[in-house]
Amino acid sequence: MKTIQKEATVGFEEKNDALVTVSPLTAGQGITVELVSSVKRQYGQHLEDLIVATVNEVGYTDVHVKVIDKGAWDYALKARIVAALYRGNAA
Amino acid sequence: MKNKAGRELPNHIYGLKAYRPYEGLFVNPPEPVPMAGRTLRVGRPSSNKVLPSLIEAVEATGLRDGMTISFHHHFRNGDYVNKLVMTAIAAKGIKDITIATSSLNDCHDFLIDYIEDGTITALETSGLRGKLGAYLTKNPGKLKRPVIVRSHGGRARAIEAGEVKIDVAFMGVPTCDRFGNATGRLGKSACGSLGYAMLDSRFAEQVVLVTDNLIDGYVFPYSIPQTDVNYIVAVEAIGDPEGIASGILKITKNPIQLLLAEAAAKVIEHSGYFKNGYSIQMGGGGSALAVGRFIREKMLKQEIKGSFGVGGVTGLFAQMLEEGLFEICYDTQTFDTTAIQSLRENPRHVEISSSFYANPWSPGPIINDLDVVILGATEVDLDFNVNVITNSNGLLMGASGGHSDIAAASKLAIIVMPLIRGRLPMVRDRVQNIVTPGESIDVVVTDRGIAVNPRRQDLIDNLRKSGLKIMTIEELQEVAHKLVGKPQEIVLSEEDKDIVAIVEYRDGTLLDVIRKPL
Repeated sequence: MKTIQKEATVGFEEKNDALVTVSPLTAGQGITVELVSSVKRQYGQHLEDLIVATVNEVGYTDVHVKVIDKGAWDYALKARIVAALYRGNAA
Repeated sequence: MKNKAGRELPNHIYGLKAYRPYEGLFVNPPEPVPMAGRTLRVGRPSSNKVLPSLIEAVEATGLRDGMTISFHHHFRNGDYVNKLVMTAIAAKGIKDITIATSSLNDCHDFLIDYIEDGTITALETSGLRGKLGAYLTKNPGKLKRPVIVRSHGGRARAIEAGEVKIDVAFMGVPTCDRFGNATGRLGKSACGSLGYAMLDSRFAEQVVLVTDNLIDGYVFPYSIPQTDVNYIVAVEAIGDPEGIASGILKITKNPIQLLLAEAAAKVIEHSGYFKNGYSIQMGGGGSALAVGRFIREKMLKQEIKGSFGVGGVTGLFAQMLEEGLFEICYDTQTFDTTAIQSLRENPRHVEISSSFYANPWSPGPIINDLDVVILGATEVDLDFNVNVITNSNGLLMGASGGHSDIAAASKLAIIVMPLIRGRLPMVRDRVQNIVTPGESIDVVVTDRGIAVNPRRQDLIDNLRKSGLKIMTIEELQEVAHKLVGKPQEIVLSEEDKDIVAIVEYRDGTLLDVIRKPL
């Protein structure tokens, strides 16, 4: 399992995009999610599951993911999350 | 109890009469009623109708607590009249006013303050947008009864049948003379047709004209005659010309809107109705305008001449009239400066009232002879029902307008909309609210295919030749769900006290109730 060393931000608060911020947590805290979304009523649960699944998929833990979503489609949101994790893990 | 559109209706709605449920497109009035009238009033020789201020006009009419006043929405988002009048009414300390207006816009958000202080206690309108729409959606019970949403034709019907009694109509007019003859064709605040105001002036108990161009000469031709007018008030400005009428509307550059417009034009071309003598209503939205441009090209190329156009008239249609592509244009609302000029100068450009346009309880509204109409939607559902009043979060943000009137009356009603907005699919299992019943809709055009109402096998056969991708409405929904997933339904309050508004169908029956989202 990988962890990030620093806070990193990716994306934009634009229509069909999302602004993703990842910040490191102390060991053993796992993955926490904070979601603000223009489509929270319709896709809230789906988006939270997708965020956790994506972080797991690329093998990270002990990270807090904050997403400000403006109706991004799944592939865009996933790309933003992965990019944020890589940035937070960069030397 | 469910109505014929499949909507569950409450047995009792606070503050409102018991409604008949919607039973279908053309249900006749239950019993013959005489047309509404008004108290006779006598003007003395050499009397003066012009009063120095709105406060004095309010006093002169004897307006008091509990009465109903009306406005028109020809000044669109540039309207000042509503605010000027409400300020005068509030200054007099009058409360418990019902506003029965033809529509409301973003510029009317200030009404929130007058609802808060009890000056306004009821609203009847075609549309609700902006902060006011959001405020009313979130705060049912601020008014003494739910907002009544009517179509343009439905409002004309309700007024003529005496269901809506306007005590005082405050009508902004861009030019009038000292006798009260008024027009919207001239003046710095020119708006073109006064179609909605013509109706109110004809049926309200009393009429006050508000103008920023009171002339000493004579206004002719007039849209409102002096015989309907009790008082006149001159003010500095009745509106912001920028907001009243745009310059010539630009054709959209948005590729999806262009794609939609092209598809809609192909639907019209191959529908079987596109031939000499056909009639059309195009509307003024971005896509509709682009459809008009494509249709114009097809008419020129195939040498087709139409009979009449109705609207909601834009400069584009005025141009087509000028070119002889149509014989005549009936105008109940003029959208831009080019179309206003056409109304002023072209005798084939005819001003009509909203009753002439769409009243279902009349011997013949013009729309009864319409072939083709192009309409927008906030969402549609598997039964082809259309919502244009609330968004996907259940917020009031649109207008019924002439939507349900022309859909029912025309032979071919086409809905044009993107399949997905943001990440929300626009084909729902059930629309949030129904404004136009599915049985009056024929084709839904989206950027990923078109769906034809299964009731119209003749259209399906005709459109096979169009080269367009014809799908079932369920297949269209499936395409959207594959791309963005199926959204969860938003939860609405079930409580009687949380009914925000009701949608009255054009014949006065109850089509739907709009409930507060939780």
